[in-house]
Amino acid sequence: MTAIASVTTSQPLPLLRVRDLTISAGGHAITTGTNLELARGETIAIVGESGSGKSLTAKAIARLLPPAVTAAGSISYDGQDLMALPEREMRQIRGRRLSMMLQDPFTMLNPLMKSGLHIAEMLRDRPEFRDRTAMNAEVARRLGEVGITDPDVAERMPFQLSGGMSQRVAMAAALARDPELLIADEPSTALDVTTQAEIIALLKRVQKKRGMSLILITHNLRLAFSTCDRIYVMYAGSLLEVGSARAVEDDPFHPYTLGLLLSEPPAEKRVARLIAIRGQVPRADEVAGRCTFADRCDWAKDKCRAGMPPLIEQAPGRFGACIRRNEIAAEMRDLRGAALETATVALSAPPSDKPLLRAANIVKEYSGRSGTVVRALKGVSIEIGPGESVGLVGESGSGKTTLGRTLVGLETPTSGAIEIAGIGASKFSAMSAVDRTATRRTIQMVFQDPYSTLNPRHSVRRSLTEALRTIGRFTKAERDARVAELLREVSLPESYAERRPSSLSGGERQRVSIARSLAVNPKILVCDEPVSALDVSVQAQILNLFKRLQQELGLSYLFITHDLAVVRQVADRIYVLYLGEIVEQGSAEEVIARPKHPYTQRLISSIPR
Amino acid sequence: MMRSGVLRLILVRLAVAVPLLLVISFGVFSLVHMAPGDPVRALLGTRPSDPETLAALRERYHLDDPLVVQYGKWLGQVLQGDLGRSINGNRLVLSSIKERAGVTIYLLLVSTAIVLAAGIALGMLAAFRRGGRLDRFVVMFGVFGISSPAFVTGIFLLYVFGVVLGWFPTFGAGRGFLDRFWHLTLPSLALALSIMAIVVKITRASMIEVMDRDYVAFARARGVSTTRITLSYILRNALIPVVTAGGIIVIGFLANAIYVEVTFALPGLGSLIVDSVQRRDIPLIQGTTLVLACFVVLVNLLVDVIYTLIDPRIRFSRVES
Repeated sequence: MTAIASVTTSQPLPLLRVRDLTISAGGHAITTGTNLELARGETIAIVGESGSGKSLTAKAIARLLPPAVTAAGSISYDGQDLMALPEREMRQIRGRRLSMMLQDPFTMLNPLMKSGLHIAEMLRDRPEFRDRTAMNAEVARRLGEVGITDPDVAERMPFQLSGGMSQRVAMAAALARDPELLIADEPSTALDVTTQAEIIALLKRVQKKRGMSLILITHNLRLAFSTCDRIYVMYAGSLLEVGSARAVEDDPFHPYTLGLLLSEPPAEKRVARLIAIRGQVPRADEVAGRCTFADRCDWAKDKCRAGMPPLIEQAPGRFGACIRRNEIAAEMRDLRGAALETATVALSAPPSDKPLLRAANIVKEYSGRSGTVVRALKGVSIEIGPGESVGLVGESGSGKTTLGRTLVGLETPTSGAIEIAGIGASKFSAMSAVDRTATRRTIQMVFQDPYSTLNPRHSVRRSLTEALRTIGRFTKAERDARVAELLREVSLPESYAERRPSSLSGGERQRVSIARSLAVNPKILVCDEPVSALDVSVQAQILNLFKRLQQELGLSYLFITHDLAVVRQVADRIYVLYLGEIVEQGSAEEVIARPKHPYTQRLISSIPR
Repeated sequence: MMRSGVLRLILVRLAVAVPLLLVISFGVFSLVHMAPGDPVRALLGTRPSDPETLAALRERYHLDDPLVVQYGKWLGQVLQGDLGRSINGNRLVLSSIKERAGVTIYLLLVSTAIVLAAGIALGMLAAFRRGGRLDRFVVMFGVFGISSPAFVTGIFLLYVFGVVLGWFPTFGAGRGFLDRFWHLTLPSLALALSIMAIVVKITRASMIEVMDRDYVAFARARGVSTTRITLSYILRNALIPVVTAGGIIVIGFLANAIYVEVTFALPGLGSLIVDSVQRRDIPLIQGTTLVLACFVVLVNLLVDVIYTLIDPRIRFSRVES
């Protein structure tokens, strides 16, 4: 019957058709009524921020939901209803017909198994590979397909492989039984920028060569545009927009998609202010029964909250879930146009001859295994002027975090000199108490993970007053006034003083940790990846906060990041750190427009466009 | 390179074990001097204290030499396998120990087998049925076992299976392999039950942890068979902490074996210690303590070696990427 249907209808039967997929856990809805279609050989992306339900949707398709999570609806794969299959038969489908790879390359492989065995175990039931030599040859061929030419890799244990290498081995293992569909859940997110681009290119190449279908789960809209045929935009458990990558990129139908596009900092120019989506990502059941995005939408009207807008076809092949689409289309287009035309902003501070911070020839060595010495920093020199914002760009292992920690005195350099506001600060333990306090008041640090840097048992007020205590004694009234002022500076309501970190979102926590570092009125903030743990829509808010604080308080920044687009938005000058050495420096504009060092060039070409 | 790595590790561990054994042997040696009163009196025990015997004892134990020299000479004798003669019966301590060791080793082996087989199986079962009735029963059963002393469990087993049901003998160690197995079933079970909870709990906790790992999810996503996931992915990774706890388990067995041997009237090393302490037979106490201490050190060494064999992360050095 299916054969007749595919002959008689002009549209071929899709490989995968998901109807009304509803995922819930403990009575709470996680996603509501997702519909999804995928043709043979097609590549689609499910794009969403944390909590959108994109990963669980992918897991539900492979019937791999955690025990406490349940799914309802129908998943038809090549005419077969996967939801109705017993687990025993589903196991025959997984690997052979659809396969899946996960986000973190370092935890995906069995730590006690050689990497080649992950591939070999998938091929064992085929008689032609009974023979050991034939099997080894096949494993080598499979590794070759994912770009591993070194035959030795099959013999290595997973912990001996780099992230990119592990991800390649995992890809070969996932593809070993030649599935028709591969689901890749954030396959590049945990990797370095340059490796990210390599893995995505590889994924795309393998998909084309095999004529395989691909579902890419990602939070990165640009990556989705550059890799996929069609895009599904998911937010708080519901689909808001579906369409071809080109169409969605050129003319997003939903305010959320537009918001995401505008939130992404452009790498090619610096704008005065990013157009951020206000608020934070809600939980799916908090916004059930209405437009999930209404609370954060500038165009929301009462009718948006009256019921959940259905995803309807608003143009051929284009679906949108905004009931005001026709009324606001022109305004949305104008906003997009205005954002694209925003002129580049000049430097925030003119270079001055007297730097506020000067680090010369910093060397940091660690003793590694069996007496070897690891040189994390090989003679690094940087300067930061008053009111200047400096970016420090590098990948994991470049030593960028070590340098940041050394500057604020959390690590002592093996050799080299640090001078902060005229005080020698190379070795905090050797400084006089007065100098040390003065230096601590000058330089403060903002850390990457807002979830682990705030004491979960302390209220926001306590965290902030504790920071105040390091610079002197204050009366209760003075302290309260300062806490209120600090919260105002980071745009949090005063009532947040009594909250504990567990009741704050990631963005709010990062605001509190910024407020804490501002408590002592520092002149320099060392920010170590301060936005990389945040959702894209929240990231823009925090970047705007950094920009505003710099103007209002005349702060200097050292922005440590792997993300060139982020650094482009906040930094006047850039240092590129590679394997413990500064390989390039110059104005942000100059370095990004005309990179000289091969590594910087590679970094810039890795930005998805 | 891999084999030489393991060999090197064994050598390093042995080198660490030597000073430890020296400290232990010194403690054992000082027992003579720690006993209340004159060491000669302590060594004399219940024998008549005629001057000849006293002089012989002073001569035998070099009691007239400085303490360090005494220790050195004693250690020299010990290293040649001479642990002295017991006060009661004037037998070679070493042959007493040899005679008794068989029962204890048999007991330990059978109990270890029971604990590993049943403990790991129950732990796995509990982990797979996490939160269910079976899980709670297994955990409760384990807590019950660990909180009642081995001799209480022993008496309970003796009463039910030995006296009421009459399935197993109530005392003695038996002759020949099968008869001995029959005699030692209840004691081994009592011993095993006293420790089983540790194995069950560790296995359960680490299985549950491993089951949530990405590599297990990824294996399922590629359609790897359930048997293979359970054995090569979950169990193999989950057993690492169980092996690490193996040392504690065997040492726990030794301590409990003393009670069990007395409860079941078994002629093993445990009851030998109890006898020798009751009779204040210092050479015999010294000999058995030293043998048991060496055994504990060796077991820990063995556990370390097994640990390196099953966890390749220790064998291979990390490659910088």
